[in-house]
Amino acid sequence: MKKLMLGNAAFARGLYEAGCKFVSSYPGTPSTEITEEAAKYDEIYAEWAPNEKVAMEAALGASIAGARSFCGMKHVGLNVAADPLYTASYTGVNAGMVIAVADDQGMHSSQNEQDSRHHAIASKVPMLEPSDSGECKDFVKLAFEISEEFDTPVIVRMSTRVAHSQSSVEALDRNEPALREYTKNPQKYVMMPAFAKTRHVFVEERTQKLIAYAETSPLNRVEISDKAEFGVITNGAAYQYVKEALGEKASVLKLGMVNPMPVKLIQDFAAKYEKVYVIEELEGIIEEHCRNIGVNNVQGKEIFGYIGEINQAVIAEKLLGVKREFISLSENIPNRPPVMCAGCPHRGLFYCLSKLKVTVSGDIGCYTLGAAAPLTAVDTTICMGASISALHGFNKARGSESEHKTVAVIGDSTFMHSGMTGLVNIAYNNSNSTVIILDNSITGMTGHQQNPTTGKNLKGDPAAAVNLEELCRAIGIKRVRVVDPYHLAECEAAIKEELAADEASVIISRRPCALLKYVKHNPPFKVDADKCVGCKMCMKLGCPAISIKDGKAVIDHTQCVGCGICKEQCKIGAIE
Amino acid sequence: METKSIMIVGVGGQGSLLASRLLGNVLLAQGYDVKVSEVHGMSQRGGSVVTYVKYGDKVYSPVIEKGEADAVISFELLEAARCLPFLKKGGHLITSVQQIDPMPVVTGAAEYPADLEGKLRDAGVDLVAVDALSLAEQAGTAKASNVVLMGVFAALTDFPDELWQNALEQCVPPKFLELNKKAFELGKAAK
Ligand SMILES: Cc1ncc(C[n+]2csc(CCOP(=O)(O)OP(=O)(O)O)c2C)c(N)n1
Ligand code: SF4
Ligand code: SF4
Repeated sequence: MKKLMLGNAAFARGLYEAGCKFVSSYPGTPSTEITEEAAKYDEIYAEWAPNEKVAMEAALGASIAGARSFCGMKHVGLNVAADPLYTASYTGVNAGMVIAVADDQGMHSSQNEQDSRHHAIASKVPMLEPSDSGECKDFVKLAFEISEEFDTPVIVRMSTRVAHSQSSVEALDRNEPALREYTKNPQKYVMMPAFAKTRHVFVEERTQKLIAYAETSPLNRVEISDKAEFGVITNGAAYQYVKEALGEKASVLKLGMVNPMPVKLIQDFAAKYEKVYVIEELEGIIEEHCRNIGVNNVQGKEIFGYIGEINQAVIAEKLLGVKREFISLSENIPNRPPVMCAGCPHRGLFYCLSKLKVTVSGDIGCYTLGAAAPLTAVDTTICMGASISALHGFNKARGSESEHKTVAVIGDSTFMHSGMTGLVNIAYNNSNSTVIILDNSITGMTGHQQNPTTGKNLKGDPAAAVNLEELCRAIGIKRVRVVDPYHLAECEAAIKEELAADEASVIISRRPCALLKYVKHNPPFKVDADKCVGCKMCMKLGCPAISIKDGKAVIDHTQCVGCGICKEQCKIGAIE
Repeated sequence: METKSIMIVGVGGQGSLLASRLLGNVLLAQGYDVKVSEVHGMSQRGGSVVTYVKYGDKVYSPVIEKGEADAVISFELLEAARCLPFLKKGGHLITSVQQIDPMPVVTGAAEYPADLEGKLRDAGVDLVAVDALSLAEQAGTAKASNVVLMGVFAALTDFPDELWQNALEQCVPPKFLELNKKAFELGKAAK
């Protein structure tokens, strides 16, 4: 029966049908649901690893052991896992290994817009790219075949649109391959120079074979239209925009395998038309390849650029000169940025930081929203883990005066991912830095995944929990204390004391995320309109439940979870 | 059949996922090729949330661009105004009259435009504005305003009622089913 499935759910279905046995991933929008959906199949062992490097190494281990394996991540996650990737290319696999990397064209929820195809090219690992949910499932199954036939991990590149769009998929049964035999083979799996040299030769030969495969693979498809005025070469989500905008006006070469790319197939296709447009999101990788193989009648990036998503309207306008009319109000429509939830435990802590005017080395998670008005507490946000390491560098550069005015903030999941090593650096290389771990007992930003500090695993079963206090002490930080971010005075005092101290310290701001099911909320608070003087002190917290109506504060009882920080903030006692 | 495009818009947490799931279910049961596109992540923390639903003989692009939507279903007035440019000439704009202040309005950096309902009516679109929140509360919970609005949409279109009922049964947990069916009927009657 056909069902509507999210690209990510169809991907997971592909893992199931292909007989994948082992899944290890780290969450990251838009890749997360692949692993969450895979975990719903009892036949698949699935886990959240502390970061992408660990996930990929675990998946490679499972593959070497003889089980079909998978790891998934977002585009920036592949940077973290790049080290194992580039050498897994040399070792190859035993049972098939598939890697999902989800790019985020348009940066719907990311800190950069990098194009993961660069990693596939540089590591010489084949990369497939589906255009809808049906292809997600089919390509994953084919990826396992390619992986085993060519002795290589295979990357399947997703994008926000493909991952988070639903289209119909036909679910089939699982094929259960037996565990492959494991035999010791150091020439293949021990990558020291002598052995790696022969494997590099193998990798180059494999690439040639993969190019030959790409020439005739069903992954790459030519769709000829008799009415075509020009040709288009495209991939991924862009294929859908091309078909919608151009219909029969163009013949299309759809590349489902984006690394390595075919040569003759492209040359022959391009020779049929005077003009060929390459329509690809982000980098001009297909276009450059065309020029490298002597196909010069192509145009792409000079028309479509390198930034954000392409869509059918852009294609219709640029290539056909057709523009749709639309209506809009002359009114200024205020935008609606995301905000921390009412009762978010991060809010109280950020309010204190903002009040104390400290420089905040920030990180990535729900708490990045502390950078927005009215809190505007964050100075920098780079990549996961950078808060702690960058603070150390900042303080070494500016000396002891800076050490008393700066902090790093980092979430529990991010601390486990790559923050710990930065703290080791602070202890080892001795900067008097203050690190605040925002421990909300969950990976909030990506939709509430468990992590090594929460005491539960991906399936929701009890698991070992890292004790953050003991971990920080073991690293060599002597001043470690815990505060409750619902108590502003306590937080403010702790921050002041730790900034004043002459050694490194860690403050753990501990309170579970307000959206977690087990969290019990207090009854909502109310503003006594007779007492409220309209001073707007409570507004400085940026709680979405509080607004000003007719000069007085009002609390929306449907949103308020009774965290009480506005009550503490109201010196008049108008909030009850 | 030419592809039809419907946009469901609202504020994070208002339940647009269920609405698009219901609609997708009905359309698939009608035998259409269907694509539903959601954006997760940042948009969930109280930001604007947009879902695209497209159907026809063969749907390619999952996204809807300006001037393409046959209908916009909005859970909030400001979001309706924000998405007005996506509507086709003569398209339907169905909106709840609920107003939720975005953070720039809360902090005083911007103002919530006055009389948006009137301005939308004057914009020359086919506007249906309903108090979905009150109707949902009448059905038993404010959370069902998404289903109320789907009821309004159902009344404007001619998909068999049976398909909607099946979709509700498939997408809503049994203990909330009666309540949601009531919300759906109230929406249908409100049109
Ligand atoms: C290398 C990398 N992997 C994954 C992500 C996606 N991501 C963004 S924030 C985040 C985790 C946030 O969790 P936590 O640190 O616990 O903070 P919270 O959101 O709960 O406040 C993840 C996984 C990323 N940005 N970079
Ligand atoms: S999901 Fe949790 S951690 Fe994230 S903003 Fe909401 S309350 Fe805060
Ligand atoms: S108690 Fe105050 S700050 Fe906390 S959620 Fe309610 S209104 Fe917001």
